[in-house]
Formats: sequence, C-alpha cells, structure tokens
Amino acid sequence: MFELSPNTHYFSEDHTAFRHALRAFVDKEITPNVPAWEDAGRMPREIFKKIGDMGVQGVICPTNLGGSNGDFFMQIVVSEELSRCGAGGVCASLGSHSIGNPPIVNHGSDDLKTRVAMPVIAGDKISALAITEPGGGSDVGALRTNAVRDGDHFIVNGEKTFITSGMQADFFTVAVRTDAQKAGHGGISFLMIEGDTPGLGRTQLKKMGWWASDTAHLTFDNCRVPVTNLIGQEGEGFKNAMMNFNAERLTIASQAYSFAEVCYREALAWAQDRQAFGKPLSQQQVIRHKLVDMAMKIDAAKTLTYDIVYRHIHKMDPLNVHIARTSMAKITATDTMQFCADAAVQILGGMGYMQGTASERIYRETKVLSIGGGTDEIMRNLASSQLGI
Amino acid sequence: MKVLVPVKRVIDYNVKVRVKSDGSGVDLANVKMSMNPFDEIAVEEAIRLKEAGKADEVIVVSIGVKQAQETLRTALAMGADRAILVIAADDVHQDIEPLAVAKILKAVVEAEGPGLVIAGKQAIDNDMNATGQMLSALLGWSQGTFASELDVDGDTAVITREVDGGLQTIKIKMPAIVTADLRLNEPRYASLPNIMKAKKKPLDEKTAADFGVDVTPRLEIVKTTEPAARSAGIKVGSVDELVAKLKEVGAV
Ligand SMILES: Cc1cc2nc3c(=O)[nH]c(=O)nc-3n(C[C@H](O)[C@H](O)[C@H](O)COP(=O)(O)OP(=O)(O)OC[C@H]3O[C@@H](n4cnc5c(N)ncnc54)[C@H](O)[C@@H]3O)c2cc1C
Ligand SMILES: Cc1cc2nc3c(=O)[nH]c(=O)nc-3n(C[C@H](O)[C@H](O)[C@H](O)COP(=O)(O)OP(=O)(O)OC[C@H]3O[C@@H](n4cnc5c(N)ncnc54)[C@H](O)[C@@H]3O)c2cc1C
Repeated sequence: MFELSPNTHYFSEDHTAFRHALRAFVDKEITPNVPAWEDAGRMPREIFKKIGDMGVQGVICPTNLGGSNGDFFMQIVVSEELSRCGAGGVCASLGSHSIGNPPIVNHGSDDLKTRVAMPVIAGDKISALAITEPGGGSDVGALRTNAVRDGDHFIVNGEKTFITSGMQADFFTVAVRTDAQKAGHGGISFLMIEGDTPGLGRTQLKKMGWWASDTAHLTFDNCRVPVTNLIGQEGEGFKNAMMNFNAERLTIASQAYSFAEVCYREALAWAQDRQAFGKPLSQQQVIRHKLVDMAMKIDAAKTLTYDIVYRHIHKMDPLNVHIARTSMAKITATDTMQFCADAAVQILGGMGYMQGTASERIYRETKVLSIGGGTDEIMRNLASSQLGI
Repeated sequence: MKVLVPVKRVIDYNVKVRVKSDGSGVDLANVKMSMNPFDEIAVEEAIRLKEAGKADEVIVVSIGVKQAQETLRTALAMGADRAILVIAADDVHQDIEPLAVAKILKAVVEAEGPGLVIAGKQAIDNDMNATGQMLSALLGWSQGTFASELDVDGDTAVITREVDGGLQTIKIKMPAIVTADLRLNEPRYASLPNIMKAKKKPLDEKTAADFGVDVTPRLEIVKTTEPAARSAGIKVGSVDELVAKLKEVGAV
C-alpha cells in the first residue's frame, strides 16, 4: 500500500511518534511470536504487561487512571499498528479490554476504577466484555442472564458465549437483567464479575480463526456479586452497551482495512517476485487489476473511517448520523477485508492455501469481523433506522 | 555525573533508499526519518547508568535541521532529561560532516561539563564512524569505541570492545567518549505516557553560529549509485554439482 504522509488534521506529532514506537515494538515483540501464540490458543500474560508499559490499554483513558488521555485517532494508531502483525486473534485478545474496560472508565464507581480499570490499563490484569448469550447476540434486549438482589449482593444465573479473553480474564463486564419485570432494554444493567467468583465456569471454544484468542463459553451458577460491583446506574446497561458499540465498531473498521492492507502487501510482493509465463505475475493485466482493486477499496475504507473519527471528535454531526456512518464504515471495511483476503489467496495460488502466509490466516478471520460487534445485517438495520429510511 | 548523548536524525532503516536522479545523494524528501539505531543504543545506555545511580542527568543533543527535534523528543520519551537542538542546516539533504559535528559537540561539552559522552559508533546514513573519535581527539579525552559492555566505576570505565575476530576489554580514565556497538543493549520503546511527558521536558535551541563553528562541507560527493542489482542464480542438480560450482568460483 502506498504510505501517505500523515494528514495533520488527524495525526499530530504525538500520534506519529507513538506510531513509530509501536511499529518497532510490534515488529519485534509481536509479529515473530504469532505462530507460537496461534498454536497455544492463548496469549501469554507477559505481553499484556508489555503493551501496558507501552501505554496501549490506556491510550484514550484519563491520566488519573494511568491512561494517556489521547483522542480517538490514538486508538486508530493502536489498532492499525497492532493489526500489522496480521493476526486478528492477537489483536482481539490484546484488545478485549477496549470493550470490557470503557463501561467502568466511563460509568464505574471510584472503587471499581481503582480496583479494576487501573490494573487493566497497566497491563497487570485482563478484562473482557460478556454480552452475547447462547440464545442470541444481536438481540441484546432479549438477554436472559439474571441478577437477583439478595441483601448487599446480586445472585447471578445464566450463560454467556463467544467471550473474547474469556478463559484468562480477571474481570468480566457482564450485561445482566436486574429487573425481571421489565422485558427488553429497560431491565438490563452492567455488573463487574471477578474471574474467581465461585459458580463461574469457563469452557474454551475452538474457532475457524482468531486462534491466539481464548474465546470462552461462561456459565454463572448462583454467583454472588456485591452490589457495589454495579457499573453505572441500574437499568442503564443497554444504553451504555450501545455507546460502547460505536467505539468498538470504528476500531473493528480500522482493524479490517489494516488486515486488508497486510493481504495487499503480501500479494503485491508475491506478484512482483513470482515468474509465470515468462514474466512476473504483476505484469499480467488481470493480476494488476486485482491489486488496484484492493488498493482502491482499502484507501476508501480508511479515508471514510478517518473522516468519521474527525467529525466525531469535532462534534460536527448529530448522533444519529454518526451512528449510521459508523455502521456503514464497519461494513465497508469488513467487506474490503473479505475482498482483499480472497484476492490475496487467489494471487498467491497454492501458497495462499498453505499455513504460514498471512493471507491464509486473514482469509479465515474475515467472517468474525462481519459478525462480532454487530453483524452486517444489524449494521444495515441500524443505519436505516438512524437515517429514517 | 552528567552524560551527554549526541543523536542523529537519519533515514529510517526500513525505508528502501532511492538515489536522486542527479546522483548527488539519496532522496530524503517525504521519507520516514528516525533516530540512528546506534544512537538509540547510546541513549539507552545513558538512561541505564542513571537508573543504576551512576549518572544524575542525561542530556541529548542533535545537530542538523530543525526537524531533528522529533528525534530529540524520541530520546526524551525514552527517558533523557533534556535536549539541545543545534540547527546547522535548512536543507534536509545537507549532511553535517563529522568534524563539524565534533567541533560543535566539543563546545557543548565545554558548556555542559558532562563526565561521559556516549555516541553511536556510526550513523547508518553515511557510515563515517568518525565523530566519536574526532571528539575524543579535540577534547583530549579517553575513548572506548565499539563498546558491547560498559562499566563505569568512579574515575575509570571498563569497556568491552567488539574488535575483528573477538572482544577486547580495556580500562580507560574518565572523562571519556564511548561509542556504542550493536550488542551493548536493547533499547526500550518510547511509550505513549512517556511521549506525552517528553513534551514538557526542556528542549533548548541553538545554532552552529552560536558556537562559532563553520559547517561548510569539506568533502565533495562525486557520485552516488544504487548497489548493483543481484544477478540471477542458477539451479544445480546435485550436491556434487553444487560443490563443483562453489570450487569453480573459489567460494570453498
Ligand atoms: C470470535 C468471536 C468473538 C466474540 N467475542 C465476544 C465478546 O468478547 N463479547 C461478547 O459479548 N460477544 C462476543 N462475540 C459475539 C458476537 O458479538 C455475536 O456473535 C454477534 O453479536 C452475533 O450474535 P449471534 O452470534 O448470537 O448471532 P444471531 O444474533 O443469532 O444472528 C444470526 C444471524 O441472523 C442475523 N440477524 C439477527 N437478527 C436479525 C434481524 N433483526 N434482521 C436481519 N438479520 C438478523 C444476523 O445478522 C446473523 O447473520 C464474539 C463472536 C465471535 C465469533
Ligand atoms: C491443497 C492443494 C493440493 C494440491 N495438490 C496437488 C497435486 O496433487 N499435484 C500437483 O501437481 N499439484 C497440486 N496442487 C497444486 C495446484 O495445482 C497449483 O497450486 C495450481 O496449479 C496453481 O499453481 P501455483 O500455486 O503455482 O500458482 P501460480 O501458477 O503461481 O499462480 C498464482 C496466481 O497467478 C495467476 N496466474 C498465473 N498465470 C497467469 C496468467 N498467465 N494470467 C493471469 N493470471 C495468472 C493464477 O491464476 C493464480 O491466481 C495442489 C494445491 C493445493 C492448494
């Protein structure tokens, strides 16, 4: 991919300095270890500490919690640079805090901020978000895991599934129904549940891709959770979950076009080097057109994402427009990733089908980004309702 | 003790270098620039001395174009305490030659009074490998070049040097100039919190004229050319054939 000099409306010297440092870090500390972590099915704890020391978990968190108070472009820098390792599972596992921690950072009590958010930002602890249930993920309002008040505790019963970092997490931000009377959105709250709570069971799930990430099925069997672990107001869980989703979707978009870029670079290098029928593959018109199509889509997805982030930071649009464009950007970027992974595997020929190439791995990782954080269909539903279509 | 570390802004080691069409040098316009990797090692070593209680302050200095302040900010983010930028050129393509750099550094040393200067053994752009040695001569200080280990103890420093075919250990008197080789340490990364903190650290700006040093080039670049393209290999059918071919070209 052509590397543009940073657009200074978006990226300051700080962004660029951190990008450079992260790139060197990822090249040395992450990318060479990807095959081993993929085989192990989980990430070693030390790497969470290392990226914590780099400031990754706290990029956009307040400084009093150990963060750096960066703007959302700093988050974009993180997700673009981590994605260069070409392994979605690594990014998902290292990134589970970015969905698990914000409800606490934004709405949690001081006690939760100190006990949970700070060690997660420091990289000492791992945080996960648990919303999806076996009975359904898209329809968040229908979730069934319930929390019944018993004195100064909630008794939690239910199941969560497909939870990223679910095997290793020390802290779970769990969406539960605290008001059985209220069906739908109203009765949902966020509870912080510690990983060692008696009655919490975890089972690792095997997946098509994202092998380095420890995805789990969780069961809650009469788990006693102190009421002080309530995150924000009772009944505000759905609203807070929805706010969380916007940032998650922009992050997913930036990961998706970045993985597409990894595919593009691998395919380009291959096509320029590989000789067939007396010339490099890149000199066959059909191949060079494919490469241009890849570059074209990546450029568009990236440019769109940057525009949305910029306009959000500067509060230029009403919220419904922001939500709609974010939903559309997620689809644009994940479609780009699917297109580029497919094209790269095709250009690599038999080699693209072999483990050891980034394109092979990314090809297996395309679907999860079109499903997780809101499926394509849900994104289109959301965009249409927000735009009044 | 203060430790002074000169750092140079050079073309990033990952960038594929392009020679300018007129052969006058390498194209640096809109190219990613970074701190010379050997200087990163030097900065790291100075910070470790401070962390070990053997140094009180780490001062970094860069000589060149104004943009070198980014390089200094990186050094500050790694942990240096303050920085001095000596502006000696407007054009990113003007390289300040080792002698001029050494003269400016001598003046900075005289003004700051460090007990130790740690420099990179060479800059990866022009590979001169001269600045540290010249500075040592100008100051009349001891020098320990190509250091892969450094142990400062009061008035002396013990240095392991990477010499041809092995290692040499020398003991030198302080104050001294040490130049860092690749294996001296593994430099740390600049973290985001430290990048933010670095913005508040002092960065003084001077010019070459402030030190009365003439930076006019003394060397003339006659020609710059791309390395010759690697010629295509051949396939051999057996180990015997391989050995025969290697013997033929005198490789074994
Ligand atoms: C690897 C991985 C990691 C994950 N990590 C987490 C995590 O950390 N935390 C967490 O809470 N969740 C996580 N998830 C779950 C993810 O968010 C859900 O899979 C997603 O929200 C979809 O929910 P579902 O799987 O239950 O599918 P369903 O909601 O059952 O949807 C199935 C299909 O029906 C479609 N559909 C549903 N409703 C509609 C509708 N109204 N109109 C049209 N089509 C519709 C969907 O688009 C989809 O195609 C993860 C998932 C994966 C695969
Ligand atoms: C799982 C697996 C099993 C296999 N089993 C066998 C086997 O049992 N025996 C065997 O002999 N082989 C086998 N193969 C190899 C398979 O037949 C080749 O992978 C296939 O022929 C493509 O060759 P290639 O991989 O070298 O790709 P290349 O020929 O290098 O092609 C790479 C890409 O460039 C394109 N391309 C090439 N030339 C042109 C052109 N002129 N114009 C436009 N585009 C072009 C191709 O379409 C492809 O997209 C297997 C492959 C796989 C993945």
